[in-house]
Amino acid sequence: MNAWLDTILVLLILTNLHLLGSSRISACIRTVAAQALLLAVVSVLAQPSHVGLRLLLLAAVSTTIKAGVLPWLLRRASREAGVQTEDEPFVGFTTSLLLGLGLLGAALHLAGRLRLPLPGADTPTFLVPVALFTIMVGLLVIVGRRKAVMQALGYLAMENGVYAFGLAFAVEEPMLVEMGVLLDVFVAVFVMGIAIHHISREFDHIDVDRLSVLKD
Amino acid sequence: MIWALLLVPAVAALIALIVRPNWPRRALLVLAAIAHTALVVACWVRLPPPAIGGWIAMDAAALLFLSITSALFLAAAVYAVGYLASEEKKADSLHSPDGPGEEELPFVNFPEAVFAACLLAFLATMTLVAVSRHLGLMWVGVEATTLASAPLIYFHRHSRSLEATWKYLLICSVGIALALLGNFFVAVAAQSAAGPAIHLTIDNLIARADGLNPLWLKAAFLFFLVGYGTKMGLAPLHTWLPDAHSEAPSVVSALLSGALLNCALLTILRAHALLTAAKLAAFSSDLLVIFGLLSMAVAAVFIIGQADFKRMLAYSSVEHMGILSLGIGIGGLATFGAMLHTVNHSLTKAMLFLVAGNILALYRTKSTTRVRGLLRALPMTGVLWLAGFLAIVGSPPFGPFLSELTILKGMLDAGRPVVAVAYLLALAVVFVGMATICLRMAYGPPPDSLSSATSVTARREPLWSIAPAAALGFLVLALGIYVPPQLTHVLKQAVVALGAN
Repeated sequence: MNAWLDTILVLLILTNLHLLGSSRISACIRTVAAQALLLAVVSVLAQPSHVGLRLLLLAAVSTTIKAGVLPWLLRRASREAGVQTEDEPFVGFTTSLLLGLGLLGAALHLAGRLRLPLPGADTPTFLVPVALFTIMVGLLVIVGRRKAVMQALGYLAMENGVYAFGLAFAVEEPMLVEMGVLLDVFVAVFVMGIAIHHISREFDHIDVDRLSVLKD
Repeated sequence: MIWALLLVPAVAALIALIVRPNWPRRALLVLAAIAHTALVVACWVRLPPPAIGGWIAMDAAALLFLSITSALFLAAAVYAVGYLASEEKKADSLHSPDGPGEEELPFVNFPEAVFAACLLAFLATMTLVAVSRHLGLMWVGVEATTLASAPLIYFHRHSRSLEATWKYLLICSVGIALALLGNFFVAVAAQSAAGPAIHLTIDNLIARADGLNPLWLKAAFLFFLVGYGTKMGLAPLHTWLPDAHSEAPSVVSALLSGALLNCALLTILRAHALLTAAKLAAFSSDLLVIFGLLSMAVAAVFIIGQADFKRMLAYSSVEHMGILSLGIGIGGLATFGAMLHTVNHSLTKAMLFLVAGNILALYRTKSTTRVRGLLRALPMTGVLWLAGFLAIVGSPPFGPFLSELTILKGMLDAGRPVVAVAYLLALAVVFVGMATICLRMAYGPPPDSLSSATSVTARREPLWSIAPAAALGFLVLALGIYVPPQLTHVLKQAVVALGAN
């Protein structure tokens, strides 16, 4: 069981690095979707003793939304905007990858230093640094990319990281709250998708650095 | 009862989407606002019992913040009806020989049905934030307020409002995602406590605050402060605020500034109450004081010589959020003053934004230098603008004077003279900055462009554009002269509920 989990966690790290190193937007969307899928598997595997209808249902709903509906929405938004690649990011791809490796090191170091009181013996200790890493990568994508679609993807990656953190500590949030969080994330990306659509129509581009009329 | 508070606006929002003709929908907007206010008034008579196992309940703090929200929404709804009607007329005569003004790019408005529905949904989500007693549910509510209000900012479909909407959406969503991490940290802090599992309801957490892991609790507060502080507009996390407030229709700006920022403040107050119960108040208080002073300083710098009067009002909101954060950080009497100031600031700022809407409608510019002769061009609006200005900078006899003075006294009582000096200095700078702009706008001859025939008809001041702002202004004035004992009682109860004693 633990071997499986470790494999998935390594895969999660790889998805993050891929997100940082890829210029093709469709590939990035697929990567974030894969991340959500992997996390759903983690949520089931991490606590084999707790697997019940509730957990399975939640995993199913979150997979459908985060790995199915939202990627579809973003893919449509980028297709309508006619944007396939992130051409000139603020932070170059090589630099992003190097920064990413640095962040991974920082996350491992931080998690080691914090000496977190993990709840059960069956929780993989490796999950905390991976969660932190995912959050940092999400933030890096938000500040380092020019296309609005990539910023929305960064937000989703960050959300995945926060979710992974919740898994690491087996934070038992009530069903109502979990569903509420999912609904909020769904609507957030949905509204972002609509906004991207309007931006591409209004400006003929979706470069956020050119959204700079408003300032003091 | 609590359910009704949530359901009335939520159901009305759904109906607003379905209703086709404009006038019944506008009537619905006002009716829902009246019903919501009536329900809140009923809560003043008797606090309703908690619902869903204590997850949503009404305490004094919730009642206070909800009352502000409800009153503001009622005023905004009345204003919105007239505003929507005039926008509709403007859309019909878009190709008039007069042509669009300098600020007005040719644009179409968002569908009115969606606007009304989002407005009502916005009220429902703010109500949810106020009454939720569960940290997770509160998070859901705060994020929902962002999503319900983002389309409102994009009511005028043009590039500037779109830019503001995107920044608002992204910055606030990312900030609030960090607050979710804060929620998880509280859960981790609770896991180390002995005994049965602790649910993340505030009462539950406060009752067993001694068993919570202090290190995790501190980390959680940091994340709450950064996350919800982004929403509240604390510097340096306020960057979305001036853009959103200046580009949104004035009626929406009034709600954002007067009601939404308060909701975010309430969530931070809940976190502060939790830390106080865990005897970590020193940590959270210091942070609140630092962020408060920083916000006041940043706002003061940007208010001086501000070229856009709606941005000036937005920065003034940053300043007042700083004052509130500062007052709560100081504690004791200053917390009471901050609660009173919440009421005063919301009423005054909403009034000013509604008046700003009238100014913008006639002058068609947000430039502080091109608006002149307000008192002659729009007598009623001009008087309200001056009254609002005097109130917001804290001159007697208006309410904010009283509350800002209470906060100052709280600081001196608490033995923090350095903080008090910095506070007074920031207030003085803001006073000078706003006085220069507001007085120049009010006096002098109106520009020649306003003497044309179309402008003369535009210079009529219909009741809907004056009455809501005047009513809010009257309340601010009344609160400066006499604070009713009922309100004092609720304010004191709110201070107790927030654990700052």
